[in-house]
Amino acid sequence: MKTRLAILILVVLLALLPAYAGKYALYVAIHILLLSIFSLGFNLLFGYTGLLSFGQAGFYAVGAYGCAKILLTYPSLLVGIVGGVVIAGAVSLLLGFLCIRHTRIYFSMLTLSFGMMIFSLAWKWRDMTGGDDGLVGIPRAPLEIPGLFKINMAPMENYYYVVLAFAILAIYLFHRIVHSPMGLAMQGIRDSETRTACIGISVRKYRLLSFTIAGLYAGLAGALLPPLESTVTPPLAHWSHSAEPVLATLLGGVYSFSGPIVGSVLFYLLKDIIVRFTEYWQMCLGIIVVVLVIGFRGGVVSIFSRKGGRR
Amino acid sequence: METLVFQGLVGLSVSMYLWLLAAGLTIVFGVLGVLNFAHGSLFMLGAYFTFTYYGLWGVNFWLAIALSLLSVAVVGYFMERFFLRHIYHLDHAYQLLLTFGFILIFDDAVKMIWGGVAKIPPMPSFFEGTVSVVGRPFPFYNLFIIGTGLAVAIVVWLLFEKTWWGKMVRASASDREMASAIGVNIPTLFTGVFVFGAMLAALGGALGTPVRVVAPGIGAAMIIQAFIITVIGGLGNLKGAFVGAIIVGTLSAYGILLFPVFELFLIFLIMAVVLMVKPQGLFGG
Repeated sequence: MKTRLAILILVVLLALLPAYAGKYALYVAIHILLLSIFSLGFNLLFGYTGLLSFGQAGFYAVGAYGCAKILLTYPSLLVGIVGGVVIAGAVSLLLGFLCIRHTRIYFSMLTLSFGMMIFSLAWKWRDMTGGDDGLVGIPRAPLEIPGLFKINMAPMENYYYVVLAFAILAIYLFHRIVHSPMGLAMQGIRDSETRTACIGISVRKYRLLSFTIAGLYAGLAGALLPPLESTVTPPLAHWSHSAEPVLATLLGGVYSFSGPIVGSVLFYLLKDIIVRFTEYWQMCLGIIVVVLVIGFRGGVVSIFSRKGGRR
Repeated sequence: METLVFQGLVGLSVSMYLWLLAAGLTIVFGVLGVLNFAHGSLFMLGAYFTFTYYGLWGVNFWLAIALSLLSVAVVGYFMERFFLRHIYHLDHAYQLLLTFGFILIFDDAVKMIWGGVAKIPPMPSFFEGTVSVVGRPFPFYNLFIIGTGLAVAIVVWLLFEKTWWGKMVRASASDREMASAIGVNIPTLFTGVFVFGAMLAALGGALGTPVRVVAPGIGAAMIIQAFIITVIGGLGNLKGAFVGAIIVGTLSAYGILLFPVFELFLIFLIMAVVLMVKPQGLFGG
């Protein structure tokens, strides 16, 4: 009951944000929401299923480029975003078949190489992706359903509400997923592959599901980006971008539902704050990572809740 | 035909350079079971130290290399002794994460000390000449790299196969507990192996300085190359790393001639295919 009230208050506060925050704050908020979606998906794979992917940025980029390509030819926000997500989902299903054959370090290396293959395509396949210039001039198309309504997206707060709506939907669905039998099966696989297989659960099927859902979430985060920035570039697919959800999740807490979200907020705020004092914010981040891995593997969330605990 | 032969030789020198990079990573993974994400950063530090000793302070080139190897050895010692040692028992994921943290730290540390601008170290005069190969001038420096790569391969092989230390290392790589039970001091040995790996990385970085720019971020770029090589050859397999380096080096030398656009894609494709078909690598048992 207490949690529900807290969530309600949080949602109301987020909904009222445009009323008391400036344009920059909204921009940061959108980025935090995107990173939260991205990290949630990543954590389904890592925290819940036990597979560390270093290629999630590849699916993020597929979502972003997919949405951008659609918006450039057919300026409708919903079509662009849904299209981007569907393409990213298809690609992650396809690559998932190949990746989930392995676990542990081999899985990480395999996802790294597929992510970098997508990066090299984005970088070199000039006709399709615009090469290292990327795609530019992507319109923030209006949100419309022909015959029903058409909302102008030019004001930042309107787009903020779209992102917020998608984020709440994604978080809600994530909650349903991890508390469903499917989510429990994934956690079972994480804790003991052999035992889970012995009780008749198809390990491969759930790994593939987890991989595809993670790809869908990465694709959604990616598809929401081009209307905001009006440009997409190859570094979106680079492995160093794959590290962002990893760091955010680690920061917040791997084995908790809210960890990736809390971590995304912290990641962005830390970056925003540290950058004001020193240009060496990466070093601070690195030190935080080292301290977390050595001492607090449950992340920030575990420090404040008894449930999380150290592992 | 001459182009092919010439480019093959260029590829071989690239290969030997990559081999220096991949050797340490392979040894550390093979013995400690840790895939060191920061290996490329140690490589970068080797380059920066050499730049400082030779390019800034004017120390003799060979002495500068020896000094930078020692400097990186100290860094490696601290990394292993105070950080890595505490997470050997954890999942691989945490080892990747911890060493990734070190990439961030080293990258910024380098910017702090040497600035964010790329440095161009001077080339020692004795490297400047060329040798005629199939009628074309081939840089003497490249020949030197080929020679060094082969020499390092032989030294490493002798060290692991013919010395008492090598025997202890191999014993603890195959069974830590048993080795410990018969009196091998595992923690000290692991520190030694990690420091050795770090010095190999530093050697690669140091020997690259005459022809490559030294800049923050080269570590992150190099580690991906090293991952590709070690994965193709088989993680933890030295022979595999040597062959893997030759494959990647040769491929990039010819790739630039034949299909410049998809060279990068092709290399990652090979890595992915090897992982899918034979995850233990081309030479893994």
